[in-house]
Amino acid sequence: MRHGKYPFVIGFLFAPVALYVTFVIAPYAQAFQISMTNWRGLSAPQWVGFDNYRRLLDDGAFWKAVQHHGVLLLALPLITIAIALFFAFLLNVGGKSSGGQRQGVWGAKFYRVVFFFPQVLAVAIIAVLFQMVYRPNESGLINGVLMKFGLDPILFLVRPNLALWSIIAVLVWQAVGFYVVLFSAGMASIPGEIYEAAEMDGATKVTLFFRVTLPLLWDTLQVAWVYLGIAAFDAFAIVAVLSVDGGGPDGATTVLAMEIYRNAFVYSKYGYASAMGVALFFLTLTFAALTLRLTKRESVEY
Amino acid sequence: MNPQSTLPPPPAALPPKSGDPSATVGRGRKGPRSEVRLFAGLGHVALAVWAVIVIVPILWTFLAAFKNTSEIFSSPWTLPAELRWENFSRAWTKANVGRYFLNSVIVVSCSTFLTMLLGSMAAYVLARYKFWGNRAIYYLFVSGLAFPVFLALVPLFFVVKNLGLLDTHTGLVLVYTAYSLPFTVFFLAAFFKTLPSSVAEAGMIDGCGHTRLFFQVMMPMAKPGLISVGIFNIIGQWAQYQLPLVLLSNAKDKWVLTQGIADISVNAGYEADWSGLFAALTIAILPMIIVYAVFQRQIQSGLTSGAVK
Repeated sequence: MRHGKYPFVIGFLFAPVALYVTFVIAPYAQAFQISMTNWRGLSAPQWVGFDNYRRLLDDGAFWKAVQHHGVLLLALPLITIAIALFFAFLLNVGGKSSGGQRQGVWGAKFYRVVFFFPQVLAVAIIAVLFQMVYRPNESGLINGVLMKFGLDPILFLVRPNLALWSIIAVLVWQAVGFYVVLFSAGMASIPGEIYEAAEMDGATKVTLFFRVTLPLLWDTLQVAWVYLGIAAFDAFAIVAVLSVDGGGPDGATTVLAMEIYRNAFVYSKYGYASAMGVALFFLTLTFAALTLRLTKRESVEY
Repeated sequence: MNPQSTLPPPPAALPPKSGDPSATVGRGRKGPRSEVRLFAGLGHVALAVWAVIVIVPILWTFLAAFKNTSEIFSSPWTLPAELRWENFSRAWTKANVGRYFLNSVIVVSCSTFLTMLLGSMAAYVLARYKFWGNRAIYYLFVSGLAFPVFLALVPLFFVVKNLGLLDTHTGLVLVYTAYSLPFTVFFLAAFFKTLPSSVAEAGMIDGCGHTRLFFQVMMPMAKPGLISVGIFNIIGQWAQYQLPLVLLSNAKDKWVLTQGIADISVNAGYEADWSGLFAALTIAILPMIIVYAVFQRQIQSGLTSGAVK
């Protein structure tokens, strides 16, 4: 490159880097520091070492939240990926094959468009929508039907052992379409001859799915698992808007993000909330490292 | 897996079959054929059921938006008795949905523009210029992909507060932009790397400066990548809830749509204005359907591009 390279490089990088360091890097660094203090916003923060972390260990709400992340972390990816894989397989290779060209079932295009739509909506909007769907009286979409048939209404968000699953159902409702499209892209890159050959050897659709599609889609599945895992560690908008009093009833649906928000911006316990943030960070990191390690296997070349 | 079953058939075996589409299915094997039917039949049912599960809540909301409260309770499943447009005007003006909607449009258009401008500038320089510290800055940006926003929430609040940007759209735009940079830089850097350098060299020979080269040659060439990331950022920033909740908490007139709708849903409980809430929801959802219907293909590829790369 010719003269004037450095002024140009610095000119182009200055604004993005300055903005990024101010609003992203600096707060992340400060979070670790604040988590070691008892700062409540008014007086100067006092250094308390690992006190906040020690208190976390005895905090029931914290452990409840961690436990919910555990449930979310297993249920959300498992259910979403299972449904999405099934649909993607139907839409791409479920139909008859003609001339070596795999075809999806009839209406595949329509289904792909419809399924994907919830992904475009904001989670907060979806949460309000499902508040109406789950409403506990005859004005709710589901209970309106049940009560028409003379059944008792189901208190989706009020019964503690049902509330978290009602929330997971909404997350699955939103996510499935995205993963159908993602897996479809993966399936489209699997050469048709492989299916053709397997079918000539008498493989059924079920065998095709488990012996051909699944192994060749492994990398995409791994990506999906990481994405859904990260979503399972967030879940703030859905819990804050959909659940009864932000993570209720009685903490039955709370998540770490909810506890961080509450401790910081309701109770002004900034030090303690930051310690929770750091804990969340390490949980996320552990999850990512574990996933990459456990799912590591020879990818099939084709 | 049995290695033999994965071997592709010899090419010579293919031509006669492609002439006869039914050859594979109807070669006298009864088993696979009925299995295909059963599978396809069950599959159709499953697909149709899921389509209903996706469509019905949204459609039901649209219908309820025209009802009054007593109708919502007595006949939640019927068509509205009359089209009550006043629900919409009440939501738009009295419940401030119009205000929130406009705020969302202002914030997201400014922040997406800024994200694309700064993100592509940084990505371009990092992808195509060799200089000391290049990799360090690149990894600084990419590391942002690994951190949960919640880790930074408390300090971020005070950074914005100390800059005097709390409860302002400017603050929110800057924060949205900063948090969108990691993915934007990561994606666009990979994209700029793939562009041929011959065009750039030709431009330089013609006396084109670095800056002009970027805006007049490289940006137009990177258009497909810019569109993908642009859509990704628009949808992501439009859906933001926790950042505006924290950064705009005391300025209700500046709230964005997600915040506003969530707040209306809380108040609807007190005021028992359910039809107004349904109308507000409709106002929030309907434009997304229209935009999605028009740009469906670009949106799907834009949102999944991050995962495919």
